[in-house]
Amino acid sequence: MTEHSDYEAGSYVGGDRVPGRPEGRTLAQEVRGYLLGLGLATLLTIASFWADQTREIYASGIAVALLVLAVAQIGIHLIFFLHITTDPDNENNILALAFGVLIVCLIVFGSLWVMLHLNHNLMPMDKLIPMQR
Amino acid sequence: MSTDALRLSADPALGTAGIAPVHVTGHGAGGPAPKRIIVGYGFWIFLLSDVIMFSAFFATYAVLFKNTAGGPAAHELFDLHNTAAQTAFLLASTFTCGMASLAVGHRNQKWTQIALLVTGLLGFAFIVLEIREFSGFVARGAGPSRSAFLSSFFTLVGCHGAHVSVALLWLGTMMAQFYAKGFRQDIRHRFLCFSLFWHALDIVWVAIFNLVYLVGVLPPELLP
Repeated sequence: MTEHSDYEAGSYVGGDRVPGRPEGRTLAQEVRGYLLGLGLATLLTIASFWADQTREIYASGIAVALLVLAVAQIGIHLIFFLHITTDPDNENNILALAFGVLIVCLIVFGSLWVMLHLNHNLMPMDKLIPMQR
Repeated sequence: MSTDALRLSADPALGTAGIAPVHVTGHGAGGPAPKRIIVGYGFWIFLLSDVIMFSAFFATYAVLFKNTAGGPAAHELFDLHNTAAQTAFLLASTFTCGMASLAVGHRNQKWTQIALLVTGLLGFAFIVLEIREFSGFVARGAGPSRSAFLSSFFTLVGCHGAHVSVALLWLGTMMAQFYAKGFRQDIRHRFLCFSLFWHALDIVWVAIFNLVYLVGVLPPELLP
């Protein structure tokens, strides 16, 4: 196997380019990118655990804060580990991701919305069962 | 674009291998995308469908969260020390998996094997902690059949654990293939899919530790 095995039949230049990692980046720069991602993810993880344990923030807002921190950390992971970028190579990945996020939101928030309303509008079991007798 | 390309490839000083990309491939005039992009895209579609499956389990869990049927509730069960250790192991493993992809990119067998081995050991430690946690719950009478809350909890977190276990098998296969077959292109494409899978599993875990464990231990009166 020579280096030429890297050249793809279907491609114009043939280079096996990694999306979001333009050629010419040194190993040190790439390691630094991963370290930055690891550092940011660690900070957000610590922030999540802190927000959970502290009573410094408005108590009813903690669950929302955790949701926001989770979304932020997922963003960090997507950028630094999965290398989702604005690179033209990545356009299709981003469109698929946007569609995936749409479906996830529909499933999660749609289910919660429908089910919580059903909970509100249905008679509780302990009242329903005597009526059936 | 075609005239540019002809001019460039006809230039004897540049040869054929040294042509710089004039246009990005995969965008009509640029010609088809490299196989690596297509493989990554296909696997990305699979990962998104997997994430959609997880979102259905998350929705089920959120709906059934308060249906404890007189059994133990989340804040009585969860031990955050365990969750913190699991989170640390998985986050460290996602970093070493990134290091493995750099080593693969530089065709370095030694560091590829070391980084993958560390990734696998961290993933294994994660699974051991999860199994210990689950068996502890079952021993306390809080198994998946105890209540709707626990059924949905074991389904969601157990499904993630099953994914990590399968990924560990895949990781071992990748180590063996790199060792036996070297950095062949098809094997590097398989490894690309593996690394995407491993990073995606950590993303699912980020959602689980925040929304299942950390929200779960909050006092019940704080939850909507």
